[in-house]
Amino acid sequence: MTESSPPPLPDGLVAIVKRDCPTCVLVAPVLEDLADRANLTVISQDDPDFPVRADWVRHDHDLALSWHHDIETVPTLLRVTDGVADETVVGWSRDQWEELTGVPGLGSDLPDMRPGCGSLSVDPTRTDELAVRFSGSTLTSRRVEIAALEDEWEAMYDRGWSDGLPVVPPTEARVLRMLEGTSRAPDDIVSIVPPDLVECTVEKVAVNAVMAGCRPDYLPVVLAAVEGACTDEFNMHGLLATTMPVGPILIVNGPIRHEIGMNSGFNLLGQGNRANNTIGRALQLVIRNVGGGKPGGVDRATQGSPSKIGLCFAEDEEGSPWESFAQSRGFDPDVSTVTLFPGEGPRLLFDQKSRRAESLTKHFAEMLRANTSPRMLMQFDTVIVLSPEHMNRFRDAGWDRARFLDELRSHLLIDGDSVIAGVDGIDEGMPDLVAGMQIPKFPPDGIHVVHGGSQAGLFSAAIAGWVTGEMGSVTVTKEIVR
Amino acid sequence: MTTVLDPTGELRPETRERVTRPESLNGLTVALLDISKPRGNVFLDRVEEKLTGLGATVRRFSKPTFTKPAPVDLRHEIATSCDAVIEALAD
Repeated sequence: MTESSPPPLPDGLVAIVKRDCPTCVLVAPVLEDLADRANLTVISQDDPDFPVRADWVRHDHDLALSWHHDIETVPTLLRVTDGVADETVVGWSRDQWEELTGVPGLGSDLPDMRPGCGSLSVDPTRTDELAVRFSGSTLTSRRVEIAALEDEWEAMYDRGWSDGLPVVPPTEARVLRMLEGTSRAPDDIVSIVPPDLVECTVEKVAVNAVMAGCRPDYLPVVLAAVEGACTDEFNMHGLLATTMPVGPILIVNGPIRHEIGMNSGFNLLGQGNRANNTIGRALQLVIRNVGGGKPGGVDRATQGSPSKIGLCFAEDEEGSPWESFAQSRGFDPDVSTVTLFPGEGPRLLFDQKSRRAESLTKHFAEMLRANTSPRMLMQFDTVIVLSPEHMNRFRDAGWDRARFLDELRSHLLIDGDSVIAGVDGIDEGMPDLVAGMQIPKFPPDGIHVVHGGSQAGLFSAAIAGWVTGEMGSVTVTKEIVR
Repeated sequence: MTTVLDPTGELRPETRERVTRPESLNGLTVALLDISKPRGNVFLDRVEEKLTGLGATVRRFSKPTFTKPAPVDLRHEIATSCDAVIEALAD
Protein backbone atom coordinates (compact mmCIF):
# COMPACT_ATOMS: atom_id res chain seq x y z
CA MET A 1 0.00 0.00 0.00
CA THR A 2 2.79 2.40 0.77
CA GLU A 3 6.16 3.22 -0.62
CA SER A 4 7.94 5.57 1.71
CA SER A 5 11.53 5.93 0.46
CA PRO A 6 11.90 8.59 -2.24
CA PRO A 7 13.71 7.49 -5.41
CA PRO A 8 17.07 9.31 -5.65
CA LEU A 9 17.78 11.86 -8.35
CA PRO A 10 20.59 10.85 -10.71
CA ASP A 11 23.62 13.16 -10.66
CA GLY A 12 24.23 15.54 -13.56
CA LEU A 13 21.52 17.26 -15.56
CA VAL A 14 17.97 16.00 -15.06
CA ALA A 15 14.95 17.06 -17.14
CA ILE A 16 11.45 16.08 -16.04
CA VAL A 17 9.02 16.10 -18.99
CA LYS A 18 5.83 14.65 -20.41
CA ARG A 19 4.82 14.14 -24.02
CA ASP A 20 1.43 15.68 -23.35
CA CYS A 21 3.07 19.11 -22.95
CA PRO A 22 3.65 21.33 -26.03
CA THR A 23 6.66 23.00 -24.40
CA CYS A 24 8.26 19.60 -23.72
CA VAL A 25 7.65 18.62 -27.35
CA LEU A 26 9.16 21.95 -28.41
CA VAL A 27 12.36 21.30 -26.43
CA ALA A 28 12.67 17.62 -27.46
CA PRO A 29 15.50 18.43 -29.96
CA VAL A 30 17.29 20.40 -27.24
CA LEU A 31 17.12 17.37 -24.94
CA GLU A 32 18.65 15.14 -27.62
CA ASP A 33 21.34 17.75 -28.24
CA LEU A 34 22.10 17.95 -24.50
CA ALA A 35 22.24 14.14 -24.19
CA ASP A 36 25.04 14.19 -26.77
CA ARG A 37 26.95 17.07 -25.23
CA ALA A 38 26.44 16.60 -21.44
CA ASN A 39 25.47 14.09 -18.77
CA LEU A 40 21.67 14.29 -19.10
CA THR A 41 18.93 12.06 -17.75
CA VAL A 42 15.38 12.67 -18.97
CA ILE A 43 12.53 11.57 -16.71
CA SER A 44 9.34 11.15 -18.71
CA GLN A 45 6.10 11.11 -16.78
CA ASP A 46 3.85 9.64 -19.47
CA ASP A 47 5.47 8.16 -22.59
CA PRO A 48 8.49 5.96 -21.67
CA ASP A 49 10.01 6.69 -25.11
CA PHE A 50 9.75 10.47 -24.97
CA PRO A 51 11.60 12.28 -26.46
CA VAL A 52 13.21 9.09 -27.93
CA ARG A 53 13.85 5.53 -26.87
CA ALA A 54 17.29 5.76 -25.24
CA ASP A 55 19.20 4.64 -22.17
CA TRP A 56 19.22 8.24 -20.89
CA VAL A 57 15.41 8.35 -20.83
CA ARG A 58 13.66 6.93 -17.78
CA HIS A 59 9.98 6.44 -17.15
CA ASP A 60 8.53 7.82 -13.89
CA HIS A 61 5.77 5.23 -14.22
CA ASP A 62 4.27 5.74 -10.74
CA LEU A 63 5.27 9.42 -10.51
CA ALA A 64 7.25 8.58 -7.37
CA LEU A 65 10.24 10.66 -8.41
CA SER A 66 8.14 13.63 -9.49
CA TRP A 67 6.00 13.50 -6.34
CA HIS A 68 8.84 13.09 -3.88
CA HIS A 69 10.91 15.86 -5.44
CA ASP A 70 7.98 18.30 -5.56
CA ILE A 71 8.00 18.75 -9.33
CA GLU A 72 5.16 21.14 -10.17
CA THR A 73 5.96 22.07 -13.79
CA VAL A 74 7.23 20.28 -16.88
CA PRO A 75 9.74 20.72 -18.28
CA THR A 76 11.80 21.19 -15.11
CA LEU A 77 15.56 21.17 -15.59
CA LEU A 78 17.75 20.40 -12.58
CA ARG A 79 21.45 20.33 -11.88
CA VAL A 80 21.98 17.52 -9.37
CA THR A 81 25.06 16.99 -7.23
CA ASP A 82 25.25 14.07 -4.81
CA GLY A 83 21.52 13.48 -5.20
CA VAL A 84 20.61 17.07 -4.36
CA ALA A 85 19.23 19.56 -6.91
CA ASP A 86 21.22 22.74 -6.47
CA GLU A 87 19.87 24.60 -9.51
CA THR A 88 16.40 24.56 -11.05
CA VAL A 89 14.76 26.06 -14.14
CA VAL A 90 11.06 25.57 -14.93
CA GLY A 91 9.67 25.88 -18.45
CA TRP A 92 11.85 26.73 -21.44
CA SER A 93 14.18 29.74 -21.35
CA ARG A 94 17.23 29.57 -23.58
CA ASP A 95 19.27 31.90 -21.38
CA GLN A 96 18.46 30.02 -18.20
CA TRP A 97 18.97 26.59 -19.78
CA GLU A 98 22.36 27.66 -21.17
CA GLU A 99 23.38 29.14 -17.84
CA LEU A 100 22.35 26.06 -15.85
CA THR A 101 23.87 23.54 -18.26
CA GLY A 102 26.96 25.58 -19.22
CA VAL A 103 26.23 24.45 -22.80
CA PRO A 104 25.99 27.30 -25.35
CA GLY A 105 23.84 27.49 -28.48
CA LEU A 106 20.83 25.54 -27.27
CA GLY A 107 17.70 25.47 -29.46
CA SER A 108 18.76 28.37 -31.66
CA ASP A 109 15.63 27.92 -33.83
CA LEU A 110 13.26 27.97 -30.82
CA PRO A 111 11.57 30.99 -29.29
CA ASP A 112 13.55 32.55 -26.42
CA MET A 113 11.17 31.29 -23.82
CA ARG A 114 7.95 29.34 -23.37
CA PRO A 115 6.17 28.53 -20.07
CA GLY A 116 5.75 24.88 -19.14
CA CYS A 117 2.73 22.78 -18.21
CA GLY A 118 1.55 21.24 -14.94
CA SER A 119 3.39 18.18 -13.74
CA LEU A 120 1.28 14.99 -13.66
CA SER A 121 2.24 14.66 -9.99
CA VAL A 122 0.18 17.77 -9.18
CA ASP A 123 -2.74 16.86 -11.44
CA PRO A 124 -5.79 17.43 -9.23
CA THR A 125 -7.26 14.08 -10.28
CA ARG A 126 -4.15 12.23 -9.09
CA THR A 127 -2.88 14.12 -6.02
CA ASP A 128 -5.09 12.36 -3.46
CA GLU A 129 -4.11 8.93 -4.74
CA LEU A 130 -0.41 9.89 -4.82
CA ALA A 131 -0.55 11.35 -1.31
CA VAL A 132 -2.04 8.13 0.04
CA ARG A 133 0.45 6.00 -1.92
CA PHE A 134 3.51 7.91 -0.80
CA SER A 135 2.52 9.43 2.57
CA GLY A 136 -0.10 7.01 3.86
CA SER A 137 2.51 5.12 5.80
CA THR A 138 2.99 8.11 8.10
CA LEU A 139 -0.54 7.56 9.46
CA THR A 140 -0.88 5.08 12.28
CA SER A 141 -4.61 4.97 12.94
CA ARG A 142 -6.25 1.59 12.60
CA ARG A 143 -7.72 1.13 9.11
CA VAL A 144 -11.40 0.28 9.09
CA GLU A 145 -12.72 -1.22 5.89
CA ILE A 146 -16.27 -0.48 4.91
CA ALA A 147 -17.56 -3.09 2.52
CA ALA A 148 -18.80 -2.12 -0.92
CA LEU A 149 -22.35 -3.14 -0.05
CA GLU A 150 -22.34 -1.08 3.14
CA ASP A 151 -23.40 2.55 3.01
CA GLU A 152 -20.33 4.31 4.39
CA TRP A 153 -22.37 7.05 6.07
CA GLU A 154 -24.60 4.52 7.79
CA ALA A 155 -21.57 2.44 8.74
CA MET A 156 -20.08 5.35 10.63
CA TYR A 157 -23.32 5.93 12.53
CA ASP A 158 -23.44 2.24 13.37
CA ARG A 159 -19.96 2.41 14.86
CA GLY A 160 -21.00 5.23 17.19
CA TRP A 161 -18.64 7.81 15.67
CA SER A 162 -21.25 10.51 15.09
CA ASP A 163 -22.90 13.14 17.27
CA GLY A 164 -26.11 12.49 15.34
CA LEU A 165 -25.28 14.54 12.26
CA PRO A 166 -23.61 13.02 9.19
CA VAL A 167 -19.82 12.74 9.38
CA VAL A 168 -17.46 12.93 6.41
CA PRO A 169 -15.69 9.56 5.88
CA PRO A 170 -12.08 10.06 7.12
CA THR A 171 -10.28 8.40 4.23
CA GLU A 172 -6.49 8.44 4.15
CA ALA A 173 -6.53 10.99 1.33
CA ARG A 174 -8.79 13.36 3.26
CA VAL A 175 -6.79 12.99 6.47
CA LEU A 176 -3.51 13.63 4.63
CA ARG A 177 -5.02 16.71 3.06
CA MET A 178 -6.24 17.86 6.49
CA LEU A 179 -2.73 17.42 7.90
CA GLU A 180 -1.43 19.90 5.34
CA GLY A 181 -3.17 22.52 7.48
CA THR A 182 -0.53 22.25 10.20
CA SER A 183 3.24 22.16 10.38
CA ARG A 184 3.00 19.68 13.26
CA ALA A 185 3.91 16.03 12.72
CA PRO A 186 1.02 13.55 12.66
CA ASP A 187 2.43 11.64 15.63
CA ASP A 188 2.83 14.71 17.84
CA ILE A 189 0.86 14.33 21.06
CA VAL A 190 -1.62 17.18 21.41
CA SER A 191 -3.24 16.35 24.75
CA ILE A 192 -4.46 13.66 27.07
CA VAL A 193 -8.17 13.60 26.33
CA PRO A 194 -10.75 12.89 29.04
CA PRO A 195 -12.68 11.01 30.16
CA ASP A 196 -10.68 7.92 29.13
CA LEU A 197 -7.41 9.92 29.41
CA VAL A 198 -6.20 8.86 25.95
CA GLU A 199 -3.06 10.30 24.37
CA CYS A 200 -4.35 12.16 21.34
CA THR A 201 -2.09 12.76 18.34
CA VAL A 202 -2.31 15.46 15.68
CA GLU A 203 -3.43 12.65 13.35
CA LYS A 204 -6.43 11.73 15.53
CA VAL A 205 -7.46 15.36 15.73
CA ALA A 206 -7.19 15.55 11.92
CA VAL A 207 -9.35 12.42 11.52
CA ASN A 208 -12.09 13.95 13.66
CA ALA A 209 -11.72 17.34 11.97
CA VAL A 210 -12.35 15.66 8.60
CA MET A 211 -15.44 13.98 10.04
CA ALA A 212 -16.74 17.28 11.44
CA GLY A 213 -16.47 18.88 8.00
CA CYS A 214 -13.45 21.14 8.62
CA ARG A 215 -11.18 22.45 5.90
CA PRO A 216 -7.42 21.91 6.39
CA ASP A 217 -6.84 25.57 7.23
CA TYR A 218 -9.16 25.22 10.25
CA LEU A 219 -6.98 22.50 11.77
CA PRO A 220 -4.69 24.83 13.77
CA VAL A 221 -7.76 26.27 15.51
CA VAL A 222 -9.04 22.79 16.33
CA LEU A 223 -5.62 21.74 17.65
CA ALA A 224 -5.43 24.80 19.92
CA ALA A 225 -8.99 24.15 21.09
CA VAL A 226 -8.20 20.52 21.97
CA GLU A 227 -5.11 21.65 23.88
CA GLY A 228 -7.07 24.27 25.78
CA ALA A 229 -9.96 21.93 26.59
CA CYS A 230 -7.64 19.30 28.02
CA THR A 231 -5.84 21.58 30.47
CA ASP A 232 -6.33 21.00 34.17
CA GLU A 233 -7.78 24.53 34.55
CA PHE A 234 -10.43 24.02 31.89
CA ASN A 235 -11.37 20.64 33.37
CA MET A 236 -13.08 19.10 30.36
CA HIS A 237 -13.81 15.99 32.40
CA GLY A 238 -15.95 17.94 34.84
CA LEU A 239 -17.62 19.94 32.10
CA LEU A 240 -18.55 16.71 30.35
CA ALA A 241 -19.65 14.83 33.44
CA THR A 242 -21.79 17.56 34.98
CA THR A 243 -25.56 17.27 34.77
CA MET A 244 -25.67 20.97 33.77
CA PRO A 245 -26.28 21.78 30.05
CA VAL A 246 -22.80 23.10 29.30
CA GLY A 247 -20.04 22.57 26.77
CA PRO A 248 -16.80 24.17 25.59
CA ILE A 249 -17.63 27.37 23.68
CA LEU A 250 -14.89 28.68 21.39
CA ILE A 251 -14.21 32.36 20.72
CA VAL A 252 -11.64 33.09 17.99
CA ASN A 253 -9.57 36.27 17.77
CA GLY A 254 -6.78 37.55 15.54
CA PRO A 255 -5.85 37.37 11.84
CA ILE A 256 -6.91 33.74 11.38
CA ARG A 257 -10.59 34.80 11.59
CA HIS A 258 -10.31 36.35 8.12
CA GLU A 259 -7.86 33.83 6.71
CA ILE A 260 -10.31 30.97 7.22
CA GLY A 261 -13.46 32.99 6.60
CA MET A 262 -15.04 32.91 10.05
CA ASN A 263 -18.26 34.74 10.75
CA SER A 264 -18.33 37.57 13.28
CA GLY A 265 -21.33 39.33 11.77
CA PHE A 266 -24.83 38.24 10.72
CA ASN A 267 -26.00 35.25 12.72
CA LEU A 268 -22.53 34.58 14.15
CA LEU A 269 -23.96 32.29 16.84
CA GLY A 270 -26.13 30.42 14.37
CA GLN A 271 -25.97 28.38 11.21
CA GLY A 272 -24.50 29.21 7.83
CA ASN A 273 -20.74 29.49 8.18
CA ARG A 274 -18.62 26.43 7.69
CA ALA A 275 -15.73 27.39 9.98
CA ASN A 276 -17.97 28.49 12.85
CA ASN A 277 -20.03 25.34 12.65
CA THR A 278 -17.36 22.70 12.14
CA ILE A 279 -14.51 23.81 14.44
CA GLY A 280 -16.54 23.50 17.63
CA ARG A 281 -17.99 20.24 16.38
CA ALA A 282 -14.50 18.86 15.68
CA LEU A 283 -13.52 19.45 19.31
CA GLN A 284 -16.66 17.69 20.49
CA LEU A 285 -15.98 14.73 18.18
CA VAL A 286 -12.46 14.44 19.64
CA ILE A 287 -13.96 14.32 23.14
CA ARG A 288 -16.51 11.75 21.98
CA ASN A 289 -14.36 9.51 19.82
CA VAL A 290 -10.86 9.80 21.25
CA GLY A 291 -11.80 10.54 24.86
CA GLY A 292 -14.83 8.24 24.92
CA GLY A 293 -17.14 10.90 26.37
CA LYS A 294 -20.68 10.13 25.24
CA PRO A 295 -24.12 11.21 26.48
CA GLY A 296 -25.40 8.73 29.01
CA GLY A 297 -21.83 7.53 29.61
CA VAL A 298 -19.52 9.94 31.38
CA ASP A 299 -21.50 12.79 29.78
CA ARG A 300 -24.28 13.04 32.37
CA ALA A 301 -26.02 16.20 31.09
CA THR A 302 -29.64 16.03 32.21
CA GLN A 303 -30.92 17.91 29.18
CA GLY A 304 -27.81 19.16 27.41
CA SER A 305 -27.96 22.09 25.03
CA PRO A 306 -27.14 22.92 21.41
CA SER A 307 -23.80 24.27 22.67
CA LYS A 308 -22.77 20.67 23.20
CA ILE A 309 -22.88 19.97 19.46
CA GLY A 310 -20.27 22.67 19.04
CA LEU A 311 -20.44 26.45 19.41
CA CYS A 312 -17.65 28.52 17.91
CA PHE A 313 -17.62 32.11 16.70
CA ALA A 314 -15.25 34.97 15.93
CA GLU A 315 -15.11 38.45 17.40
CA ASP A 316 -15.76 41.48 15.18
CA GLU A 317 -12.57 43.26 16.18
CA GLU A 318 -12.50 45.80 13.37
CA GLY A 319 -15.97 47.12 14.15
CA SER A 320 -15.29 47.58 17.85
CA PRO A 321 -13.96 50.74 19.47
CA TRP A 322 -12.46 48.59 22.23
CA GLU A 323 -9.35 46.45 22.28
CA SER A 324 -10.16 42.89 21.26
CA PHE A 325 -11.33 40.26 23.71
CA ALA A 326 -8.00 38.46 23.31
CA GLN A 327 -6.09 41.70 23.95
CA SER A 328 -8.08 42.17 27.14
CA ARG A 329 -6.75 38.74 28.11
CA GLY A 330 -3.14 39.75 27.46
CA PHE A 331 -2.53 38.74 23.83
CA ASP A 332 -1.10 40.86 21.00
CA PRO A 333 -3.54 41.83 18.24
CA ASP A 334 -1.45 40.09 15.57
CA VAL A 335 -1.61 36.78 17.42
CA SER A 336 -4.51 34.43 16.66
CA THR A 337 -6.14 32.84 19.69
CA VAL A 338 -9.00 30.63 20.70
CA THR A 339 -10.65 31.14 24.05
CA LEU A 340 -12.57 28.28 25.64
CA PHE A 341 -15.51 29.22 27.82
CA PRO A 342 -17.53 26.57 29.66
CA GLY A 343 -21.06 27.62 28.87
CA GLU A 344 -24.71 27.01 28.11
CA GLY A 345 -26.46 28.10 24.95
CA PRO A 346 -26.77 31.85 24.31
CA ARG A 347 -29.82 33.78 25.51
CA LEU A 348 -31.10 37.14 24.41
CA LEU A 349 -30.20 40.46 26.05
CA PHE A 350 -33.11 42.56 24.82
CA ASP A 351 -33.06 46.34 24.75
CA GLN A 352 -34.62 48.37 21.92
CA LYS A 353 -35.20 51.67 23.69
CA SER A 354 -32.01 52.63 25.55
CA ARG A 355 -30.19 55.42 23.77
CA ARG A 356 -27.86 56.15 26.69
CA ALA A 357 -24.98 53.97 27.88
CA GLU A 358 -26.20 54.29 31.49
CA SER A 359 -29.67 53.01 30.65
CA LEU A 360 -28.41 50.09 28.58
CA THR A 361 -25.89 49.06 31.24
CA LYS A 362 -28.49 49.13 33.97
CA HIS A 363 -30.87 47.02 31.89
CA PHE A 364 -28.10 44.53 31.07
CA ALA A 365 -27.45 44.23 34.81
CA GLU A 366 -31.12 43.54 35.48
CA MET A 367 -31.17 40.78 32.88
CA LEU A 368 -27.85 39.31 33.99
CA ARG A 369 -29.12 38.82 37.53
CA ALA A 370 -30.90 35.76 36.15
CA ASN A 371 -27.59 34.28 34.90
CA THR A 372 -27.91 30.62 36.01
CA SER A 373 -30.36 31.72 38.74
CA PRO A 374 -31.02 35.09 40.42
CA ARG A 375 -30.14 33.29 43.67
CA MET A 376 -26.71 32.06 42.59
CA LEU A 377 -23.89 34.55 43.29
CA MET A 378 -20.14 34.52 42.63
CA GLN A 379 -20.14 30.99 41.23
CA PHE A 380 -20.85 31.38 37.51
CA ASP A 381 -19.21 33.57 34.84
CA THR A 382 -20.92 35.01 31.78
CA VAL A 383 -19.96 35.92 28.22
CA ILE A 384 -21.73 38.96 26.79
CA VAL A 385 -21.77 39.03 23.00
CA LEU A 386 -22.31 42.73 22.48
CA SER A 387 -23.98 43.65 19.17
CA PRO A 388 -22.74 46.57 17.04
CA GLU A 389 -25.85 48.70 17.68
CA HIS A 390 -25.60 48.20 21.42
CA MET A 391 -21.86 48.89 21.23
CA ASN A 392 -22.69 52.24 19.59
CA ARG A 393 -24.17 53.43 22.89
CA PHE A 394 -20.80 52.94 24.57
CA ARG A 395 -18.89 54.31 21.61
CA ASP A 396 -21.05 57.49 21.70
CA ALA A 397 -20.53 57.83 25.45
CA GLY A 398 -16.77 57.33 25.12
CA TRP A 399 -16.79 54.33 27.46
CA ASP A 400 -13.99 51.80 27.16
CA ARG A 401 -14.18 48.18 28.29
CA ALA A 402 -13.02 49.00 31.83
CA ARG A 403 -15.59 51.75 32.25
CA PHE A 404 -18.38 49.51 30.97
CA LEU A 405 -17.41 46.69 33.32
CA ASP A 406 -17.13 49.05 36.31
CA GLU A 407 -20.56 50.50 35.63
CA LEU A 408 -22.09 47.08 35.03
CA ARG A 409 -20.64 45.65 38.24
CA SER A 410 -21.93 48.63 40.21
CA HIS A 411 -25.45 47.57 39.22
CA LEU A 412 -24.80 43.93 40.03
CA LEU A 413 -24.31 44.14 43.77
CA ILE A 414 -26.99 41.89 45.16
CA ASP A 415 -28.68 42.27 48.51
CA GLY A 416 -27.76 39.03 50.30
CA ASP A 417 -31.01 39.01 52.29
CA SER A 418 -33.00 38.71 49.05
CA VAL A 419 -31.33 35.51 47.88
CA ILE A 420 -30.98 33.39 51.02
CA ALA A 421 -32.41 29.90 50.71
CA GLY A 422 -35.99 29.95 51.97
CA VAL A 423 -36.65 33.67 51.39
CA ASP A 424 -39.97 34.35 49.65
CA GLY A 425 -40.94 30.70 49.97
CA ILE A 426 -38.17 29.47 47.64
CA ASP A 427 -35.93 26.79 49.09
CA GLU A 428 -33.05 27.37 46.65
CA GLY A 429 -30.58 30.11 47.48
CA MET A 430 -27.42 31.24 49.23
CA PRO A 431 -26.47 30.23 52.80
CA ASP A 432 -27.44 32.39 55.79
CA LEU A 433 -23.94 33.85 56.04
CA VAL A 434 -24.72 36.34 53.21
CA ALA A 435 -27.36 38.02 55.42
CA GLY A 436 -26.88 41.79 55.56
CA MET A 437 -24.17 41.74 52.86
CA GLN A 438 -23.96 43.23 49.38
CA ILE A 439 -22.51 40.48 47.18
CA PRO A 440 -21.33 40.85 43.57
CA LYS A 441 -23.30 38.72 41.15
CA PHE A 442 -20.15 37.62 39.31
CA PRO A 443 -16.67 36.70 40.50
CA PRO A 444 -13.87 39.19 39.71
CA ASP A 445 -13.05 38.83 35.97
CA GLY A 446 -16.24 36.80 35.62
CA ILE A 447 -17.79 39.01 32.91
CA HIS A 448 -16.28 38.39 29.45
CA VAL A 449 -17.31 40.81 26.69
CA VAL A 450 -16.99 39.99 22.98
CA HIS A 451 -18.20 42.19 20.11
CA GLY A 452 -20.13 40.61 17.26
CA GLY A 453 -23.28 40.50 15.17
CA SER A 454 -24.75 42.37 12.23
CA GLN A 455 -25.01 46.14 11.97
CA ALA A 456 -28.75 46.26 12.62
CA GLY A 457 -30.59 44.90 15.63
CA LEU A 458 -30.78 46.06 19.24
CA PHE A 459 -30.13 42.60 20.59
CA SER A 460 -27.09 41.19 22.34
CA ALA A 461 -26.56 37.77 23.90
CA ALA A 462 -25.38 36.35 27.19
CA ILE A 463 -23.91 32.90 27.68
CA ALA A 464 -24.00 31.64 31.25
CA GLY A 465 -21.08 29.56 32.45
CA TRP A 466 -20.96 26.61 34.78
CA VAL A 467 -19.10 26.52 38.10
CA THR A 468 -16.12 28.81 37.78
CA GLY A 469 -12.69 28.57 39.35
CA GLU A 470 -10.90 25.71 41.12
CA MET A 471 -14.18 23.94 41.80
CA GLY A 472 -15.15 23.87 38.14
CA SER A 473 -13.61 25.33 34.99
CA VAL A 474 -11.44 28.37 34.38
CA THR A 475 -11.76 30.14 31.01
CA VAL A 476 -8.63 29.39 28.98
CA THR A 477 -7.09 31.19 25.97
CA LYS A 478 -4.61 29.41 23.68
CA GLU A 479 -2.48 30.85 20.93
CA ILE A 480 -3.18 29.28 17.53
CA VAL A 481 0.04 28.00 15.98
CA ARG A 482 0.16 27.00 12.32
CA MET B 1 -14.79 -0.70 -0.58
CA THR B 2 -13.85 2.42 1.34
CA THR B 3 -11.03 2.43 3.87
CA VAL B 4 -11.35 4.99 6.64
CA LEU B 5 -9.18 5.78 9.64
CA ASP B 6 -10.46 4.85 13.08
CA PRO B 7 -11.32 8.13 14.85
CA THR B 8 -11.38 6.58 18.32
CA GLY B 9 -8.74 6.25 21.01
CA GLU B 10 -8.33 2.58 19.96
CA LEU B 11 -8.26 1.54 23.59
CA ARG B 12 -7.71 -2.15 23.98
CA PRO B 13 -8.27 -2.57 27.68
CA GLU B 14 -6.43 -5.52 29.15
CA THR B 15 -8.84 -8.04 30.57
CA ARG B 16 -8.92 -7.70 34.31
CA GLU B 17 -10.10 -10.42 36.65
CA ARG B 18 -12.81 -9.34 39.01
CA VAL B 19 -12.11 -9.75 42.72
CA THR B 20 -14.04 -12.73 44.06
CA ARG B 21 -17.30 -11.64 45.61
CA PRO B 22 -17.02 -11.96 49.41
CA GLU B 23 -19.38 -14.42 51.14
CA SER B 24 -20.04 -11.87 53.82
CA LEU B 25 -18.99 -8.37 54.77
CA ASN B 26 -18.31 -9.48 58.33
CA GLY B 27 -14.80 -8.39 59.31
CA LEU B 28 -14.07 -6.61 56.02
CA THR B 29 -13.10 -2.98 55.69
CA VAL B 30 -15.39 -1.06 53.37
CA ALA B 31 -14.54 2.42 52.07
CA LEU B 32 -17.30 4.92 51.52
CA LEU B 33 -16.18 7.60 49.07
CA ASP B 34 -18.13 10.83 49.40
CA ILE B 35 -17.78 12.77 46.15
CA SER B 36 -18.61 16.03 48.00
CA LYS B 37 -22.01 16.73 46.53
CA PRO B 38 -24.48 18.40 48.91
CA ARG B 39 -26.28 15.88 51.15
CA GLY B 40 -24.20 12.96 49.95
CA ASN B 41 -23.08 12.61 53.57
CA VAL B 42 -26.70 12.06 54.69
CA PHE B 43 -26.99 9.12 52.34
CA LEU B 44 -23.59 7.71 53.29
CA ASP B 45 -24.32 8.01 57.04
CA ARG B 46 -27.23 5.65 56.52
CA VAL B 47 -25.15 3.29 54.37
CA GLU B 48 -22.48 3.25 57.07
CA GLU B 49 -25.09 2.27 59.70
CA LYS B 50 -26.27 -0.61 57.51
CA LEU B 51 -22.75 -1.85 56.77
CA THR B 52 -21.67 -1.63 60.41
CA GLY B 53 -24.76 -3.69 61.24
CA LEU B 54 -23.47 -6.38 58.86
CA GLY B 55 -20.16 -6.53 60.74
CA ALA B 56 -18.05 -4.41 58.38
CA THR B 57 -15.56 -1.79 59.43
CA VAL B 58 -16.33 1.40 57.55
CA ARG B 59 -13.74 3.99 56.55
CA ARG B 60 -14.94 7.30 55.14
CA PHE B 61 -13.16 9.17 52.35
CA SER B 62 -14.09 12.20 50.34
CA LYS B 63 -13.02 13.76 47.06
CA PRO B 64 -11.88 17.40 47.21
CA THR B 65 -14.54 18.32 44.65
CA PHE B 66 -17.22 16.39 42.81
CA THR B 67 -16.30 18.17 39.57
CA LYS B 68 -12.97 16.44 39.10
CA PRO B 69 -11.84 12.81 39.16
CA ALA B 70 -10.56 11.44 42.49
CA PRO B 71 -6.84 12.19 42.97
CA VAL B 72 -4.52 9.26 42.29
CA ASP B 73 -3.24 9.25 45.90
CA LEU B 74 -6.76 8.93 47.26
CA ARG B 75 -7.55 6.03 44.95
CA HIS B 76 -4.31 4.36 45.99
CA GLU B 77 -5.03 4.79 49.70
CA ILE B 78 -8.50 3.27 49.31
CA ALA B 79 -7.18 0.38 47.23
CA THR B 80 -4.45 -0.51 49.72
CA SER B 81 -6.35 -0.01 52.97
CA CYS B 82 -9.81 -1.38 52.21
CA ASP B 83 -11.38 -4.59 50.91
CA ALA B 84 -14.23 -2.91 49.06
CA VAL B 85 -15.39 0.57 48.11
CA ILE B 86 -18.75 2.17 47.55
CA GLU B 87 -18.64 5.41 45.60
CA ALA B 88 -21.70 7.60 45.91
CA LEU B 89 -22.46 9.19 42.59
CA ALA B 90 -24.20 12.53 42.48
CA ASP B 91 -27.80 13.47 41.82
